[in-house]
Amino acid sequence: MPMGEVKKTPFYDKHLALNGKVIDYNGWLLPVQFPQGLVEEVHDTRNRATIFDVSHMGEVSVEGKEAEAYLQKILTNDISKLKDNAIIYSPVCYPDGGVVDDILVYRINSENYFLVVNAANTDKDYEWFKDNCFGDVRLQNLSSDYAQIALQGPNSEEILQELTDLSLAEMKFYRFQVNVSLAGVNSIVSRTGYTGEDGFEVYCKNAGALALWDAVWEAGWKKELRPAGLGARDVLRLEASLPLYGHELSKDINPLQAGLNRFVALDKAVPFIGQEALQKQKQEGFSRKLFGLEMLERGVPREDYPVKAGEEEIGWISSGSYSPTLDKFIAMAFLDPEVAQQGEEVNVLIRKRTYRAKITKMPFYRRDK
Amino acid sequence: MKYNVIDGLKYTQQHEWARKEGDTVVVGLSDYAQDKLGEIVFVELPDVGAEVEAGKSAAVIESVKAVADLYAPVDGKVTEVNEALLDQPEVINQDPYGEGWVFKVEIKDESQLDALMDKPAYEEFIIKEEEEE
Repeated sequence: MPMGEVKKTPFYDKHLALNGKVIDYNGWLLPVQFPQGLVEEVHDTRNRATIFDVSHMGEVSVEGKEAEAYLQKILTNDISKLKDNAIIYSPVCYPDGGVVDDILVYRINSENYFLVVNAANTDKDYEWFKDNCFGDVRLQNLSSDYAQIALQGPNSEEILQELTDLSLAEMKFYRFQVNVSLAGVNSIVSRTGYTGEDGFEVYCKNAGALALWDAVWEAGWKKELRPAGLGARDVLRLEASLPLYGHELSKDINPLQAGLNRFVALDKAVPFIGQEALQKQKQEGFSRKLFGLEMLERGVPREDYPVKAGEEEIGWISSGSYSPTLDKFIAMAFLDPEVAQQGEEVNVLIRKRTYRAKITKMPFYRRDK
Repeated sequence: MKYNVIDGLKYTQQHEWARKEGDTVVVGLSDYAQDKLGEIVFVELPDVGAEVEAGKSAAVIESVKAVADLYAPVDGKVTEVNEALLDQPEVINQDPYGEGWVFKVEIKDESQLDALMDKPAYEEFIIKEEEEE
């Protein structure tokens, strides 16, 4: 993408009509919030349902006889047991264990996969995927063909069910279906999300996007569906302690430091890129690991603020915010694991003053099932 | 206009308001500013007795997404701060010109107030800023 070029999603005019405050987010014009405000958007998502435009996310298809072997090489997670119509989350690492991206892998069948990658990383990822490609594997960057809607919150199933004959009650978390007709629009429907709430992510080609959006709204207004923006999305994912690339993961932060051990198959039989480095680093231990913090005094912990134990600086905050759901100030922080223990008190340096916080377990919020 | 601008107050280009009450000036955040910031969740107040300087940061207002300085509209000594905001910072959103006041200063030079905007000038200023966005 040339510098300075901003892209609009198919829903751009919808955001303006809803009085969304549109910002440039990694080259995409997207709503950061709507008039009801970020706090209400978080409550709406937890208690009813909200609709997010997530068309900026990238999509890559991987096809061919060696698609599985190829993915086993580039993913830290093990997809050997992944079934058709199931999804797995996985980091993608560099040889030194640093993270290229964290992605979702949709298995359509053993020779056809659909990858969903972070918007800001799409071009970099695609280059990385190509550079490490071998044998009978065909890659396609479909990012500019697809629009994506996230419908999140407890009312999501009821709303989406009105648009399809497919029984959504039977679709489990991290499962999906392709070729679902939603109000006549051919879609991929998956029970996934980035909010810690039940919900769906729906992909369709740009041509059908507006029809799909309108149909979701038509079905949704009776169920109190509201729009929500990037601001609420970031707070929701923090409450659910879901990592965000650039904050909890990066080329300098490996997935084990971020506590994603169950998505890193260190003893995977097929070697993956970064495996050796990660095995070694795990043995040696880490100078910083991810912990949860809850403020004991009113103060907003924000990214890059230093964290101290007594006078000693023991790490930094990677993401922090007021949590509307918990009515607390919470943060994720990379801290010295030698010093940091759950339940212990630390200090967060906010401007020139220190504020007391305690190390707490994550996720901060878990929905009742 | 979409935002409430009160007659009789003076306004700064950083969207503070100032109200003269005898020798003191009461300072707060304009309705426009609180709307732009969104839900306010934290306020850092100056110390009573501190000397503040016109155009310099005197308090910090934080919404969920943003950190904003509140600049003193005039020079002077802080005589009182609105401690109720420490526990209920959202009062600034609800009542920016009333219960949401932030601090009071003992004014040194009244002419500093004359340099600030009145209601019509501030309304014009907001409209311009909105257009530039």
